[in-house]
Amino acid sequence: MDTELSWGPIFARMALQFLPVWVALIATFAVSIHFRRRLGLYGKLFDSPVGMLGFGLVMFWVFTALFANLIITHDPLGQLSGLKNAVPGSALQDTKGDTLYPYYLLGGDSLARDVFSRMVMGARRVLAIAPAATAFAFMIGITLGLPAGYLGGKLDTVLSFIANLVLAFPVILLFYLLVTPEIKDAGYLFTVNLFGAEGSWRASIPNVMAATLFLFPIIFLTILFNSRYFTNPPMRNLYVGITLLIGFWAYSGLAFNADPTGIFSMDPNLLNVFVSVVFVNAPTVFRIVRGIVMDLKARDYVAAGQTRGEGPWYIMLWEILPNARGPLIVDFCLRIGYTTILLGTLGFFGLGVSPESPDWGSTINSGRKLLTLFPHPAVAPALALMSLVLGLNLLADGLREESLKD
Amino acid sequence: MVIFVARRLGVMVLTALVLTFIVFFLTNLPPNLEKLARTEGSVRMTDEAVASWIEGNGHGGSVFTRYSEWLGIAPGWVITDEKGVTRGRCIDNGVTAEDAPRFCGILQGDWGFSTFSKEPVIAFLGEKLAATGWLMLFVMLVMVPVSLLMGVLSGMREGSRTDRVLSSAAIATTATPEYVSGVILVAVFASATTGLSPMLKEWGWIETNTLFMGTATSAERGFTFWNFGLPVLTIALYGIGYIARMTRASMTEVMTQQYIRTARLKGVAFKDVVMRHALRNALIAPFTVIMLQFPWLLNGVVIVETLFNYKGFGWTLVQAAGNNDIELLLGCSVVAVFVVLVTQLISDIGYVFLNPRIRLS
Amino acid sequence: MTDTTWDPSKPILEIDNLSISFFTRLREIPAVMDFSCKVMAGESMGLVGESGCGKSTVALAVMRDLGKNGRIVAGSIKFKGRDLTHMTDDELRHIRGSEIAMIYQEPMASLNPAMKIGAQLAEVPMIHRNMPRAEAWALARQIVADVRLPDPDRILNSYPHQLSGGQQQRIVIAMALMSKPALLILDEPTTALDVTVEAGIVDLVKDLGEKYGTSMLFISHNLGLILDVCDRLCVMYSGEAVETGNVVQVFDKMRHPYTQALFRSIPLPGADKNARPLVSIPGNFPLPHERPPGCNFGPRCDYFQAGRCDATEIAMSPVPGDDRHASRCLKWTEIDWDAPMKAKVSKAKTPIGRVVLKMDDLQKYYSISGGAFGGGTKKVVKANESLSFEAREGETLAIVGESGCGKSTFAKVLMGLETATSGSIMLFDENVQSTPIQKRNTDTVSSVQMVFQNPFDTLNPSMSVGRQIIRALEIFKQGTSDQDRADRMLKLLDLVKLPRAFAERMPRQLSGGQKQRVGIARAFAGGAKVVVADEPVSALDVSVQAAVTDLLMDIQRENKTTLLFISHDLSIVRYLSDRVLVMYLGHVVETGTTDQVFQPPYHPYTEALLSAVPIADTKVVRKRIVLEGDIPSAVNPPPGCPFQTRCRWKSQVAPAGLCDREMPPMRTLAGGHQIKCHLPEAVLTQMEPVIKVAAE
Repeated sequence: MDTELSWGPIFARMALQFLPVWVALIATFAVSIHFRRRLGLYGKLFDSPVGMLGFGLVMFWVFTALFANLIITHDPLGQLSGLKNAVPGSALQDTKGDTLYPYYLLGGDSLARDVFSRMVMGARRVLAIAPAATAFAFMIGITLGLPAGYLGGKLDTVLSFIANLVLAFPVILLFYLLVTPEIKDAGYLFTVNLFGAEGSWRASIPNVMAATLFLFPIIFLTILFNSRYFTNPPMRNLYVGITLLIGFWAYSGLAFNADPTGIFSMDPNLLNVFVSVVFVNAPTVFRIVRGIVMDLKARDYVAAGQTRGEGPWYIMLWEILPNARGPLIVDFCLRIGYTTILLGTLGFFGLGVSPESPDWGSTINSGRKLLTLFPHPAVAPALALMSLVLGLNLLADGLREESLKD
Repeated sequence: MVIFVARRLGVMVLTALVLTFIVFFLTNLPPNLEKLARTEGSVRMTDEAVASWIEGNGHGGSVFTRYSEWLGIAPGWVITDEKGVTRGRCIDNGVTAEDAPRFCGILQGDWGFSTFSKEPVIAFLGEKLAATGWLMLFVMLVMVPVSLLMGVLSGMREGSRTDRVLSSAAIATTATPEYVSGVILVAVFASATTGLSPMLKEWGWIETNTLFMGTATSAERGFTFWNFGLPVLTIALYGIGYIARMTRASMTEVMTQQYIRTARLKGVAFKDVVMRHALRNALIAPFTVIMLQFPWLLNGVVIVETLFNYKGFGWTLVQAAGNNDIELLLGCSVVAVFVVLVTQLISDIGYVFLNPRIRLS
Repeated sequence: MTDTTWDPSKPILEIDNLSISFFTRLREIPAVMDFSCKVMAGESMGLVGESGCGKSTVALAVMRDLGKNGRIVAGSIKFKGRDLTHMTDDELRHIRGSEIAMIYQEPMASLNPAMKIGAQLAEVPMIHRNMPRAEAWALARQIVADVRLPDPDRILNSYPHQLSGGQQQRIVIAMALMSKPALLILDEPTTALDVTVEAGIVDLVKDLGEKYGTSMLFISHNLGLILDVCDRLCVMYSGEAVETGNVVQVFDKMRHPYTQALFRSIPLPGADKNARPLVSIPGNFPLPHERPPGCNFGPRCDYFQAGRCDATEIAMSPVPGDDRHASRCLKWTEIDWDAPMKAKVSKAKTPIGRVVLKMDDLQKYYSISGGAFGGGTKKVVKANESLSFEAREGETLAIVGESGCGKSTFAKVLMGLETATSGSIMLFDENVQSTPIQKRNTDTVSSVQMVFQNPFDTLNPSMSVGRQIIRALEIFKQGTSDQDRADRMLKLLDLVKLPRAFAERMPRQLSGGQKQRVGIARAFAGGAKVVVADEPVSALDVSVQAAVTDLLMDIQRENKTTLLFISHDLSIVRYLSDRVLVMYLGHVVETGTTDQVFQPPYHPYTEALLSAVPIADTKVVRKRIVLEGDIPSAVNPPPGCPFQTRCRWKSQVAPAGLCDREMPPMRTLAGGHQIKCHLPEAVLTQMEPVIKVAAE
């Protein structure tokens, strides 16, 4: 039996492993290109080679995250003897009755785990957190940036000061302070006894921040629907009711870990990372939204809304916000990329993640110790992270270019 | 103008106070203090002993009092224990309580004592800052000219081949955070097993095992191209893309302005249109960006110093945080906050001076 | 230079069968087709047409500056006998700025914000004549004095943003004259300026053209301006020249249906509004890639004959007997050009009813913080000062004034977007001056509505037309159910004469005039009783203006609405209003019925304003009164009478210096005509009318 594959077969075998991704990609592109004239801005993306390339890269990783279970060749946490720091393409020495994939396609890391499978699983972790954290940051930035830009005055001064405060904080210092194990143990412990079920919640900084930050999406959606449908109470009650019901259900689970059904819950470590990333991103979104609002509020259609007696929130959310979507969508893509980089940074410093975690930042971190001798455990996730962020940047560039053409 | 600067300075001081307070609060959380007590005292201390150690070393009391003491606007704590020994924040070894100053905080120049390096924070930090200063200097020398040139060249003819190539390069580098570019650069240039080095060695072009050195530890004693090139390049790369993109955006916007058309139709040669008419207007925005890059370069510095094991400010910050060295971490924060705020101020003032429209109205 | 080879009796500029296209990823879009014209030495040629007709493209083609996508696909442009279309960049550079210079629409945008005026001016001779720097600055100083700017040394050392709009445009003109070009191209040079400032610029351009013997290519959408400035003109429609000839001959003896329709759609102050109603051109301007076969104007033409007009491309045919007069019409010899217009169905004027709106001594002051750095002293801007008037049911009250006169602030206060500093506003016997809009009840809000100026800004770009009207109905509590509101929305579309299918469209799919109609429908959704129309047609093309104006007046007539028509365009004001209010720097300087205001005695400002409006009628003789200087800033108004800095009658006020010290009182003349002026009765009665129609 061969002990080592050369690069040709390695790539061929990897391509084969990614088969579900290829199928999904081709299907997505075929459908999108076919209907592109009816899909608005998304459709126009397929007129731009840059945008298509970016979209392709992003979707590659999205599908990889979705089909990760089908793609991996080994258990990302499993260690196999003899494959410590094995070079890419190394064959398994003990095949254990042919149930295992016979090669470590991208070699083994310093704990003899399969680099390829860890990289694939890492995508799942990154893509589970980055877009969600960015979305939260956007809801917070929008909910605060709209009134700051539209109403101005003292509110704007205070909010802008706070935003600048957070932005003046060197990110890495903030992470070192917020994402530490000790921080979870500080703060008053509340205990409640509800129908015999004992529950406790510690007012630690991440928990308090989560309780505050996670409230914003609910506020955002409630105001959104209320301002639009207040002329039609039954409809308003329906939308606002649904928002509040689902919102507070999710809220109780995510912020207080008290969801009785257990659908919404978050590991404390993850919560800590998530909250910190949202916290770092929200002020920038705030500033962008505020700037756009200041520009758009001088438009006549805003004045028309005012002269027919619309409330400020309707004007902000339904007259101004939809017209700010272009730059916001572009920034959303860029910001997912930035969040991915931040998550990698956290992993790289070993903050807030368990050492086993296959996320790209931690893998690079563990790989860097033997970098000059065995680069492959660090290079594989590094390239993966780079290609995802590159894809997001290209996608943003394509969107920007296409949204300007009209 | 005086009012403007005064107001900016006021906001700056307020920001600095709030930020340092937040850092103080976060570093002095009870769990951190308990950990400190156990490392300073003994690991097997009882909870009561920990509490009394905290109380006896001035870490009790309200966080505001402690912050004021640390800052130097409140008198340092003085405690006389049951044995009659008087100790205090401001009472150094060999100094009697009577001779010691009442105030000893940051403002008095007393930055505390580092438990990690066993020396005063200010001395330790000063030495590390100097090391980082050199790194930053070289990064700036590489990053600013390259990125401005890239941005101007690609922005002056939007959509040209030069533009496409340079823009793609800029996008690629902004997608490569330091921990990625560092890893790749090391793998390509400084690994004995992969990349260029084995090849070059085989051909006899280099005598050492690797082309560049994978660590920058030796650079602390004197830097050469081979031990300092990769760290500098790693930090500069991400920044180059970012600034180049900003410059390009600013340049393309300026190039579509009416006054550029006016200049062109006045018969000004393209070279002069760019140099005399476009450049000054186009560089206002990137200037602000470059200034605001400093806080963000700090990130890169921390990553690169960790990755290349270069003992500078970033490395110190990581060690301070990792070793629960509260005073050192506070010192690092003060420096970081100071750098950020000063660069913000410079960027604000510079923006006003570069832009006659604002300066003279 | 190269002039030696050129014979001055030949044309300076000769454009032959020029065709220009823009190339997009999808298709080639022809912008100009088969365009020819000749400009002789010292002659000024006007290019006139509506937006999108290709007139600016022709100008840019002469400069060979069509951008990346534009290309000359056929024809030639000869300048002094040399073909510009085949010149290299280097050769072009020597011609640009030295022999052909251009003046643009937006003076502020045309000047480099980071360069001193002097440097920008001196650059021209330094490039083209290698003039030393000091000499170039001296020349710049002389030319700045030539364009009648005060204190040239200070101006040369300032940056563009330190000058007013009128001064900036003078600088742009000076820059064009720095090398004494043989041909000057002016692309809507006064569109961005106020009328009284425009009059000064137009005078300057004419004088300088004569002084330097420069030929001009003058591009404008304003027929009156063309008549003032040009010797010859070329009317363009949808990328083609449709009629060309001597200005007077074309104005008096037009031989193309489009030219005729254009003239019929603009209000002329010499003509009576009942005898000569405005006739709008039906239909819409064709999009460049959807032009009809044959005559481009065919689908909108009254004389259209199917099978003939849409059969083949039509060439220019000369009108014999005239001076190089030609028309691109197959039927021009058959049309009876002197036939009177079809009599319009005359509509009875609604009787003017009770007072619905009464403003008494309204004041609105703003305080702004001075300086760019946020600090400094607070300054007070007196946007409205002692504003008093009444408006009655069914009446059209025009509020006239230039930028900074406070008419927009007045609208905001009336709408409740701002609250008045003092004074009272009575709306149907309800005092609303200190009630902001949030506190007004729905009835009050829906009864006072507004039509906005900019059609491209008035509709929310991301909401469908129908949805926007329905939203207004919802807010005004109109209709009982969604279905009912949808029906009402469709009826409102009928009201403003838009197809019902437009309900589903997004605003970007509508033309400017159509958007403005939607804006009107939205304003009337709650059965508005008072409508403030803030320059509702000034951003529209002339052929569309008439239709939108008529629509507004029709709806007004049906609903007995009180229309407050804010405008700077006196021609249209005279056409539609019952009473006029003239404002200057926050003050009402004159008020009265339309006839009173448009006849002497005038307030000196009204007189200047009337004289400044260009009139596209050769029979009208207009007294030229060009005001000195610019409109003072409202932040820093002059002491005494606000108009005293520019008033030509000031010397006739006794005692001397009264105008500098005291604000004149509002004086009531015969018939309730009010004027705020110190001029003695005797002087006022001797004032001559500004506009006289010459006897035919």
